[in-house]
Amino acid sequence: MMFRRHAVVLVLIALLAAGACAKKKPPVARPTAPPPSGPVAGTRPPTPPEPVQEPQPVPAEPIGADTLSTADIDALNRNSPFQPVFYGLDQDTIDAAGQQALNGNAELMKKYPTWVVTIEGHSDERGTAEYNLALGERRALAARNYLVSLGIPADRLRTVSYGKEFPFEPGHDEGSWSKNRRAHFVVTSK
Amino acid sequence: MRPFIIAILAASAALVVGAQDQQPSPAPPRQPGEIIVTINGAPGLPPKYAVPDFIALTNDPDTVAAARTIGQVLWDDLNFEREFYLIPRDTYKSIPPATSLDQVPLDQWKQLGADGLVIGTVRRTPAGVTVQVRLLDVATGRSAMAKEYSGTLKNPRLYAHTASDEIHQQQRALRGVARTKLAFTSDRDGERMKGPVADRGISNIYISDYDGANQIRVTATRSLDITPAWSPDAKTIAYTSYRTGFQDIIVQYLHELRAYSKPANGTSEKQNYLPAWSPNGEKLAFTTNRDGNPEIYVVNRDGSALRRLTNHPEVDVTPTWSPTGNQIAWTSNRTGSPQIWVMNADGSEPRKITSESWCDRPTWSPAPFNEIAYASRTGPGFDIKVFDFENRGTRTITDGIGTNESPALSPNGRHVAFTSTRTGKEQIFVIDRDGKNLRQITKAGMNRYPNWSQ
Repeated sequence: MMFRRHAVVLVLIALLAAGACAKKKPPVARPTAPPPSGPVAGTRPPTPPEPVQEPQPVPAEPIGADTLSTADIDALNRNSPFQPVFYGLDQDTIDAAGQQALNGNAELMKKYPTWVVTIEGHSDERGTAEYNLALGERRALAARNYLVSLGIPADRLRTVSYGKEFPFEPGHDEGSWSKNRRAHFVVTSK
Repeated sequence: MRPFIIAILAASAALVVGAQDQQPSPAPPRQPGEIIVTINGAPGLPPKYAVPDFIALTNDPDTVAAARTIGQVLWDDLNFEREFYLIPRDTYKSIPPATSLDQVPLDQWKQLGADGLVIGTVRRTPAGVTVQVRLLDVATGRSAMAKEYSGTLKNPRLYAHTASDEIHQQQRALRGVARTKLAFTSDRDGERMKGPVADRGISNIYISDYDGANQIRVTATRSLDITPAWSPDAKTIAYTSYRTGFQDIIVQYLHELRAYSKPANGTSEKQNYLPAWSPNGEKLAFTTNRDGNPEIYVVNRDGSALRRLTNHPEVDVTPTWSPTGNQIAWTSNRTGSPQIWVMNADGSEPRKITSESWCDRPTWSPAPFNEIAYASRTGPGFDIKVFDFENRGTRTITDGIGTNESPALSPNGRHVAFTSTRTGKEQIFVIDRDGKNLRQITKAGMNRYPNWSQ
């Protein structure tokens, strides 16, 4: 019995390490029914939870989990736990830093399975307005496709392209442009 | 003096000047036997025209002001097409103003060098106003054109625009653009929407006369309404709206309250943008992401007969129709950078026509020109260029000042509206197809995506 249980745990760990659990529910604390208000005669205390099975903790978050799950959406987005993805000039490919950001974003999506996120595609001001609408769309779709490949359901990931309509930094130099070529994550509903 | 042939446009209903700006009905067909007087200039030179203030036949301030406005605007309208040499108005001072259309000091206008003289009257009536316009051949005193219009006094400029279009048509067989309109996007109202990091500026669609007068807002979104496109009948504008949180194309009826349709039928998974009307107004070409990538589609205006035209993993965006509707030009980066491509209207035979650094927003010129205007990177910024199918050459019509984008051709193909940062924030400008006569149309806020009505 003990052996079999250990075997199951080992298999689970192996699966997790291989990333094969991507489509499973994330192994994190889930809301449960509130405990009964007082002891009920004749019932035994609830079974203790299974041993901790999380292979790795989620990446460090700027705000505590409870704060996140109750925060008003606007405030949440102003201090977004999601990392933006940045792109090269006229590029929509996701580099190593972008993949790292998206891996973290995927963990957050798994941790808060009710959240629906809109990925905004943006460009810097240097290209033409019309092409930039398509370029922003390509960037948002690339980020979305990457998250779907990590097991995030597509229906939780919306996209919209703003082209160069809404720059994040107002400057007219590479320092600003590099921040404006981005896929930006916005929590749309919780 | 021979009796003037007065073409009376049907009653006041024909020229309702107001919020809806209905255009007057076209003039009735010529009567048999009507003599057409064409005013010529000296050999090799354009005819010289003078347009003094119109004569106010009633003395109330509105009529007096309208008479002055019509003369000034008509001078500007006739000057715009460069078919005539317009004698500057400040040289008219030595000539006593006429008090009626029958007592014009033609000798003095001849001395000033005028070949053609446009004079007119404005008379207040119980229903509004009556405007008479005459074009005189100064050499002979003959009337080349005589028109009478009636309507309200709300927008006197429209009488000038109407007369200008008729003079261009009659004297030069040219379709003038004085009654056409521009549409564009503006954030001038300073309204803000919630953004994820900071508040963002709201943009709406505005329209104006071709010369920038009468700028009015026609949409009311709390997000972005951009990339307007006039339908050929000028009754609707198709545009890209973000009001549902994603991009979709709205066809808005300008003269009916809350009347609109969404022919591309967008969802968050099937977003649509950058609509372009076919020349007959029956179809819209547009860009959509419904295949997971920007592609060009076409749909009937009632939403039927959706059809995919491009099928390529790179960007395909911002279509424009050829004047016959048989071909479509668009922007694709399938060779590594954004370039202008042309295909048949069924999507067949795609071919690239530019090989430059970065080209975008093709706009096909109407006949008789066989050209496509587009934005091309010429340095840190862009300039407006024109590709000529005749010799497969290009010419640059802006001057490298600021960045210049989003060209939109006038319906007679002679003028290009575009966006420029030459004065700071993006504004709408108009320039002739040979790069002359730059005019600024907008000044308030930031303005983008011009489009020219038919």
